[in-house]
Amino acid sequence: MYAQMVDTGANKVRGLEEMSAQERAFQERIDAGIKIEPKDWMPEAYRKTLIRQISQHAHSEIVGMLPEGNWISRAPSLKRKAILLAKVQDEAGHGLYLYSAAETLGVSRDQLVDELHAGRAKYSSIFNYPTLTWADIGTIGWLVDGAAIMNQIPLCRCSFGPYSRAMIRVCKEESFHQRQGYDLLISLCRDGTAEQKAMAQDALNRWWWPALMMFGPSDAESVHSAQSQAWRIKIFSNDELRQRFVDQTVPQAEYLGLTIPDPDLKWNAERGHYDFGAIDWDEFYNVLKGNGPCNRERLRARRQAWEDGAWVRDAAIAHAEKRAARTAQAA
Amino acid sequence: MKKEWPLWEVFIRSQHGLAHKHVGSTHAPDAEMAIKNARDVYTRRNEGVSIWVVKSADVVASSPGDKEALFEPAQDKIYRHPTFFPVPEEVKHM
Amino acid sequence: MSEAKIEYLLRLGDSALILGQRVSEWIGHAPIMEEDVALANVALDLIGQARLWFGYAGELEGRGRDEDALAFLREAHEYRNVLLVEQPNGNFADTLVRQFLFDAWHHALLEGLSQSHDPRIAEIAVKALKEVTYHLERSSDWVVRLGDGTEESHRKAQAALDELWTYTGELFAADAIDAELVAQGVAVDPASLREAWLHTVQAVCEAATLTAPPADAWMQSGGKQGRHTEHLGYILAEMQSLPRAHPGARW
Repeated sequence: MYAQMVDTGANKVRGLEEMSAQERAFQERIDAGIKIEPKDWMPEAYRKTLIRQISQHAHSEIVGMLPEGNWISRAPSLKRKAILLAKVQDEAGHGLYLYSAAETLGVSRDQLVDELHAGRAKYSSIFNYPTLTWADIGTIGWLVDGAAIMNQIPLCRCSFGPYSRAMIRVCKEESFHQRQGYDLLISLCRDGTAEQKAMAQDALNRWWWPALMMFGPSDAESVHSAQSQAWRIKIFSNDELRQRFVDQTVPQAEYLGLTIPDPDLKWNAERGHYDFGAIDWDEFYNVLKGNGPCNRERLRARRQAWEDGAWVRDAAIAHAEKRAARTAQAA
Repeated sequence: MKKEWPLWEVFIRSQHGLAHKHVGSTHAPDAEMAIKNARDVYTRRNEGVSIWVVKSADVVASSPGDKEALFEPAQDKIYRHPTFFPVPEEVKHM
Repeated sequence: MSEAKIEYLLRLGDSALILGQRVSEWIGHAPIMEEDVALANVALDLIGQARLWFGYAGELEGRGRDEDALAFLREAHEYRNVLLVEQPNGNFADTLVRQFLFDAWHHALLEGLSQSHDPRIAEIAVKALKEVTYHLERSSDWVVRLGDGTEESHRKAQAALDELWTYTGELFAADAIDAELVAQGVAVDPASLREAWLHTVQAVCEAATLTAPPADAWMQSGGKQGRHTEHLGYILAEMQSLPRAHPGARW
């Protein structure tokens, strides 16, 4: 997902009887559905895991501006241009809400951004794929935002107050993202020319598997996943969400008249779900490691924006200090 | 120089005449830009008619450790709530 | 009669669109994330204004050209934007000084147009004026911060001002189109905006410790008549590529 494979620092999930009184009280509050707020006592591992998870999520929003931003200048109508601009702007906004939430845990945004630029922090694998045609913009809205919403709606109920409140805000805004993507594809596939439809099929062919990878590898056996679920900062398993996504998406593809590029995809009446083919996890781990088609480019672009902007940020601070000094002198 | 822009807490009053409500935070070098950033980041969808910003460093908060001492004493003063007092059937509205 | 008005509306729409297109190039690359959001808001306002001006121009023309036909299917020599807005983004000072010089003019212009005898023009101007009031505040603030910030930011802001100054003369030069519409009470005489503009620019420059170049410096012109700098061709090549490659397609 936007935060994939978050390390919790745990070797195993401990039972209540193995915890200190303070930890036990903390876990019991979580079990009772009470929100944890920034100033409350929390285990160090919970705090660190949350910083990792929320900042990964924030980085994903910010890096995620790049592949779509790539098409703002070439959007084929003024209406689509405005919609895309507003959408990419939302992503910046969502990044900001999330960094805000992370900052309540006692870390500064500059520190988090430094981690990203140094290549030490992760962001979602999906944003390391290129946007090659206009249909990619529709496909990202439909599949990538669709997958993201699936993960984010449950997170509105997560245990950490600021994260849950940020997610509520994000989810409210994000359903527009998925719809605009699907709407764009309807124009290409149902009302468009043969060339436009071919463009959409090509985009689906390229984005389908990376979209399924977004949910992360199967975590049924993962200790980190179990720990995150115990802390209620992860609500469903990766496989559950992925299955739900496939089940939801297949009929939507059918409506568009597009073929999902998976020969093994078929309805399983017994399970009441679609079966689907094997995911190339080798590709996923490589993208995560930095070997995706655009990893270097994305980080370079973010780093450059940051470095080129340093003198602007400094100037604003310098001016504020000068003005404060002048006011103090006048008083 | 490399100094981070200070953090500001943002409060927004919505259309409906409710009090300003905390919505999140923003970074800005000074108060004017804090208001503008809050406007640009937090009112993209008509969310507000008024904005307050306060430097996060200036917010004073009660300590979670004092929670029992501060808030529990109010719990047994149930007579402060109107529902504590039964209204006779015959008296329809009060 | 409506020939001149159509031309005038295209001038308004083209300047808004090209500046919106330029500003949107920043998204994802701004100096701080709050600025990505803020610049996107400015770009969205401008593109929205362009759509309104084009919509009206298309109706008056009555040849079935909608906002997209006007935006995506005209050649550079048919574009009527002022030269200032097509200048490259450069660094953040170049972008914000360009924005400020434009906003100060745009604001005065829209104030005038909100009194236009053409009710549709007045209505669009009233709406746009609210947006542009905010743009002008923002860009003025930034010019002051950059001018009176660090040595480096001061140098960059001054260089931007010196570089872009030559494109400001055109903002106040009237031609036959302007004259015809001014006589009808539809348009604002560009020359009449100059004093208010200079006043704003000088006040902000003073606060920013910047020096405005001499008002009688040599000025470039021609944008309003379709004679552009080399930059516009590239902007349009990029912006129009899809509709040009797929004639007749809907998006």
